[in-house]
Amino acid sequence: MPADTVSSGPSGDGPGTVPGASSWRSLWRLRSYLRAYVPHMVVSWSAALLGIAAGTVLPLVGKDIIDGPVTHGDRAALLPLGLLALGLGVAEALLTFVRRWAQAGPVLGLEAAIRDDLYRHLQRLPMSFHGEWQSGQLLSRVTTDLSAIRRFLGFGVLFLIMNILQLSAVTVVLLRMYWPLGLLVAGSSVPVVLLSLRFERRYILISRQVQDQQGDLATLVEEAAVGVRTVKAFGRSAHVYAGFDRGATRVHATSLRKVLLSSRFFTFLEVVPNITLALVLLLGAAAVGAGALTVGMLVAFTTLVLQLVWPVASLGYILAMGQEAMTAADRVVEVLDTTPEIVGGPEIVERPRGHVRFEGVEFRFPGTDRPVLRDVWLDIRPGETVALVGATGSGKTTLAALVPRLCDATGGRVTIDGHDVRDLSLESLRSVVATAFEEPTLFSMSVRENVTLGHHDATDQDVREALEIAQATFAYDLPWGLDTRIGEQGMSLSGGQRQRLALARAILGRPRVLVLDDTLSALDVETEALVEEALRAVLADATGLVVAHRASTVLLADRVAMLRDGTIAHVGRHTELLASVPEYRALLAQDADLDPEEALR
Amino acid sequence: MSGDWRGVAAENRDDITESVSLLLRARSRRLLGDLLRPHRRAIAVLTVVIVISNGAQLALPYLVKTGIDSGIPPLTRGGGPGTLIAVVALVLLAALTQAVTRQAFLRMSGRIGQDVLLELRRRVFGHFQRLSLSFHERYTSGRVISRLTSDVEAISELLEAGFDGLVTAVLTMGGTAVMLLVLDVHLGLVALVPLPVLMLFTRWFRRRSGAAYRRTREAVALVIVHFVESMTGIRAVQAFRREPRNQEIFERLNADYLEANSRGWRLVAVFMPGIKLIGNVTVAAVLLYGGWLALDGRVTVGVLAAFLLYLRQFYEPMQEISQFYNTLQSAGAALEKLSGVLEETPDVPEPSRPAPLPRAAGRVRFDAVEFAYDGGPPVLPMLDLEIPPGQTVAVVGATGAGKTTLAKLIARFYDPVAGRVLLDGVDLRELDEATLRRHVVMVTQENFLFSGTIEDNVRFGRPDAPMEAVVEAAQAIGAHGYISSLPAGYRTEVGKRGGRMSAGQRQLVAFARAFLADPAVLILDEATSSLDVPTERLVQRALRTVLADRTALIIAHRLSTVEIADRVLVMDAGRIVEDGPPDRLLSLSGRFARLHRAWMESLA
Ligand SMILES: Nc1ncnc2c1ncn2[C@@H]1O[C@H](COP(=O)(O)OP(=O)(O)OP(=O)(O)O)[C@@H](O)[C@H]1O
Ligand SMILES: Nc1ncnc2c1ncn2[C@@H]1O[C@H](COP(=O)(O)OP(=O)(O)OP(=O)(O)O)[C@@H](O)[C@H]1O
Ligand SMILES: [Mg+2]
Ligand SMILES: [Mg+2]
Repeated sequence: MPADTVSSGPSGDGPGTVPGASSWRSLWRLRSYLRAYVPHMVVSWSAALLGIAAGTVLPLVGKDIIDGPVTHGDRAALLPLGLLALGLGVAEALLTFVRRWAQAGPVLGLEAAIRDDLYRHLQRLPMSFHGEWQSGQLLSRVTTDLSAIRRFLGFGVLFLIMNILQLSAVTVVLLRMYWPLGLLVAGSSVPVVLLSLRFERRYILISRQVQDQQGDLATLVEEAAVGVRTVKAFGRSAHVYAGFDRGATRVHATSLRKVLLSSRFFTFLEVVPNITLALVLLLGAAAVGAGALTVGMLVAFTTLVLQLVWPVASLGYILAMGQEAMTAADRVVEVLDTTPEIVGGPEIVERPRGHVRFEGVEFRFPGTDRPVLRDVWLDIRPGETVALVGATGSGKTTLAALVPRLCDATGGRVTIDGHDVRDLSLESLRSVVATAFEEPTLFSMSVRENVTLGHHDATDQDVREALEIAQATFAYDLPWGLDTRIGEQGMSLSGGQRQRLALARAILGRPRVLVLDDTLSALDVETEALVEEALRAVLADATGLVVAHRASTVLLADRVAMLRDGTIAHVGRHTELLASVPEYRALLAQDADLDPEEALR
Repeated sequence: MSGDWRGVAAENRDDITESVSLLLRARSRRLLGDLLRPHRRAIAVLTVVIVISNGAQLALPYLVKTGIDSGIPPLTRGGGPGTLIAVVALVLLAALTQAVTRQAFLRMSGRIGQDVLLELRRRVFGHFQRLSLSFHERYTSGRVISRLTSDVEAISELLEAGFDGLVTAVLTMGGTAVMLLVLDVHLGLVALVPLPVLMLFTRWFRRRSGAAYRRTREAVALVIVHFVESMTGIRAVQAFRREPRNQEIFERLNADYLEANSRGWRLVAVFMPGIKLIGNVTVAAVLLYGGWLALDGRVTVGVLAAFLLYLRQFYEPMQEISQFYNTLQSAGAALEKLSGVLEETPDVPEPSRPAPLPRAAGRVRFDAVEFAYDGGPPVLPMLDLEIPPGQTVAVVGATGAGKTTLAKLIARFYDPVAGRVLLDGVDLRELDEATLRRHVVMVTQENFLFSGTIEDNVRFGRPDAPMEAVVEAAQAIGAHGYISSLPAGYRTEVGKRGGRMSAGQRQLVAFARAFLADPAVLILDEATSSLDVPTERLVQRALRTVLADRTALIIAHRLSTVEIADRVLVMDAGRIVEDGPPDRLLSLSGRFARLHRAWMESLA
């Protein structure tokens, strides 16, 4: 069942997943996103530093009050010191506000900027990438991982450094006040640091595991949601549920291990300052007894030590956050580092005529040893239409995908008007070639937006023409006409309606080269005839590559090319091939071995 | 650029007015209570543990005070360190108790949190599975995914960190308040004066941020929906140079999300320093007033020290609370969304008392059925139809005539608006899901393969089927030869959504899957449209034997299918306009005869 295979199959968690190989490197690389926010960051860091200073001085004022006015009965000195405390307190609060307010930009802006870039990059990555990567995995990178990075870079780092600074500042103050006790407090941070390092290594493994498993779970959710019709048709909810349940249980188990690990660590972080407090009290009181320390200083000492509890304890959270951010950054950078294999060249076709040539083309899918296409030679002259026929799985769709460079040939080349398609800019190439896929591939947007997908500037007249040719004027009768939002993947339309919209989309803008991949399969015979009639006019001007299973569609073409064993075995006119090539006849003639009488037996 | 690319739909489920939000909150509280109920006992233990833990933590300043007030004087007077050592021992004890109970708490609450999360995932996923197709059509898969990922994660964040922080903070604050009063009533009262301000302030924050986070949840859902859709349709996106426009749309949705996030952020930016301000002013006031009192000897230095420590403990977690409030609020908003899903009732509900139907002969009857999609125009205006057991019926007609709709009603993807659909005389609404699906299986026009192997996908039709049955099903439709020619045979990975197979191969696998399911009523909607002619013929030949003893509804545009049908229905605009055995219809020279002629011509 799908659920089991998700994590094991090569398509499971994205090909490049390297668990455990985390470091600061990926995270560090993302720093450039903060560049735009340098002023914000200067402000927030300055505010943070001043805030720490104010926060550290405040207890010292307390000490002065106890050692000064209170001990010496100096009423007059109390008020100014009290007001100083008040002033410091207000200043600290204000500084916190400034820090927070200034942080909003970098923290949130960072996340949004990376997300935009990820999306841009993903749109550029080729079909081969998208075929392997589950969108659940991609999605979890765009959402969960990015917020982990945001939380840490915008927030955790500042806290981490603030906490360390605060720790050091307080330690320095303590050392200067009474060095033996100060040393004790400083010494207490040694075990914390050591354990943190150990913790880091173990946590990193587990948190990456949780993240990957969550990605797998997202994939299961996605499949169940997108495939809901199939699940319902077979009543396999329980089966799909069981798969999800296994995934969720896995996440549960791993998360529990994570909880255990961090509970031990966090507790340790909290207990260290408390024990330090006990020692400070013991030694401090002794020192007071011996006259080496004033009572006010002891009070300040204890206040400061307790003040360290939170920074030290939250160190745990922050380090955990940092771990998560690192693994998240790895996963994000993994995607960003995938170089798009299909990028445009420098050339453009000035005045496209639409001369398409396949020159000794070979194609094999990555990771397979048998080529799907080999030594394909085909010349489609400007304005000519060639039908491509072949058995199921013979490579027609693959061949058609080579023209707009949805895949790149692994050998030989495809040219348009003499330019290797790889030398053309993608923009130029794909405005010359339009494709209607065998699956309609519609989006839950308005009909108009679906039809004008690549031609944002198309006029209403253009749209009408395209819809008329594709016999898709039903769209005007939808509740809101062309503004009606069609369901996800066009699911609120009938199969034939979807296909005709996809066809209209390809025709719109009158491309020089039109690739139609079995795009009439869901139409009834009468509609099909109407569409063919209208298409004939379009194909009269354009160069056409028409993938066909039925003779009726083949008749749209001037010539037919037949694929067999990955190569073009025969080229010729339909009637010629029918007469001279038995295997062509077997492939195409419905009535090859049965007459109409028998058909209606 | 405007937002009209999305188009208009009958219902916009995203907009929630403020008036509904109260209801939402009550609903999500119910859900939370429901989820926590099984852990009642553990929570009780947890409460005890955390009270002890906090008690220990709270004892520390008090012990410090005792140390200073009663431990030091004997020392300065040259007495023994007995009291001091006793106090320090107590401090150590408190620290240890705190550590032990704290770890116990973290473990237990972590476990409860994860259990709750698991249960929540299960429930929501299960419920999504139960909800009918019309719900999914409205809701879209992107939102389903968003609910089960981003929303569940928001809650998980709360359970992981926020919960602990919140509970600790609340307890610490309560305990501290009591300790302050115990230590010194006057000074305690002064320290607690700002409490009402604090509460009002917190309430203000809660109100405002609740709305902000709700917006955030919806905004992130829109980002996810657009993301999933454009990645799913990436082929069309690239081929039609849609990237710039998609980028534009995505960036705008992302900016909306950013804006929603910033609102919450700005609120926190006011709230947190606000708390700090109140705290620091209180500390200054206590210093002043406490110092004043100490001057007169009305409080001891130790008490003053303890006060300063307690106030730290009081306000410091408040600081963090606002941090956790973030998580809390977004978790709250997420919970609202999830509880909303759980409250959705299936449009195609399970019967409360299902009628038994252990074996079905396969008699299908439409009794005065009317159907329209979700408030749209009628698609099937009025339909009466009787299909006797074992009959093979071909349904033909123009595209958009309602053939698929007819089929989906038999498979009970939807319930009719009026009238009844019956299987063996039982209204489909009285059959439970399991029974119905055992008897009726439909191969939909858009077949879907799950990532996994070919074998997995075929076996989807009958998960417990042995390997031989899987092979048999493939053999029956003539796909065995092809499959076994693959290097990995039946264990070939089909890739994401079957992307590593050709369209025809996907159809064959989907077909084999239906065969394996072996139902009494089999519905094939354009199940051979992408096959080449010889393969299609093979399949039809196989169908002839396979369909011999079962009811079948075959929808096809290629009339070659009709050769195996006993009866043909011609549909037009939701009505059955011709009905009869194929040869009789042919001789009538009506619509079917015309269609047939057109088809014959197309073969030329
Ligand atoms: N991503 C992939 N990885 C590996 N093999 C693939 C991949 N996509 C397709 N194939 C294989 O390549 C072959 C050609 O597939 P293609 O989709 O081009 O066939 P087709 O001629 O269009 O068939 P159909 O008529 O069924 O649409 C098939 O055998 C298929 O299994
Ligand atoms: N989920 C839906 N929501 C709203 N309207 C729908 C939905 N599905 C189909 N329709 C509409 O109902 C009508 C009948 O559709 P149906 O899918 O039954 O046609 P069909 O006869 O199967 O056509 P085809 O041969 O093209 O598959 C069409 O006008 C279609 O737009
Ligand atoms: Mg194909
Ligand atoms: Mg249909």
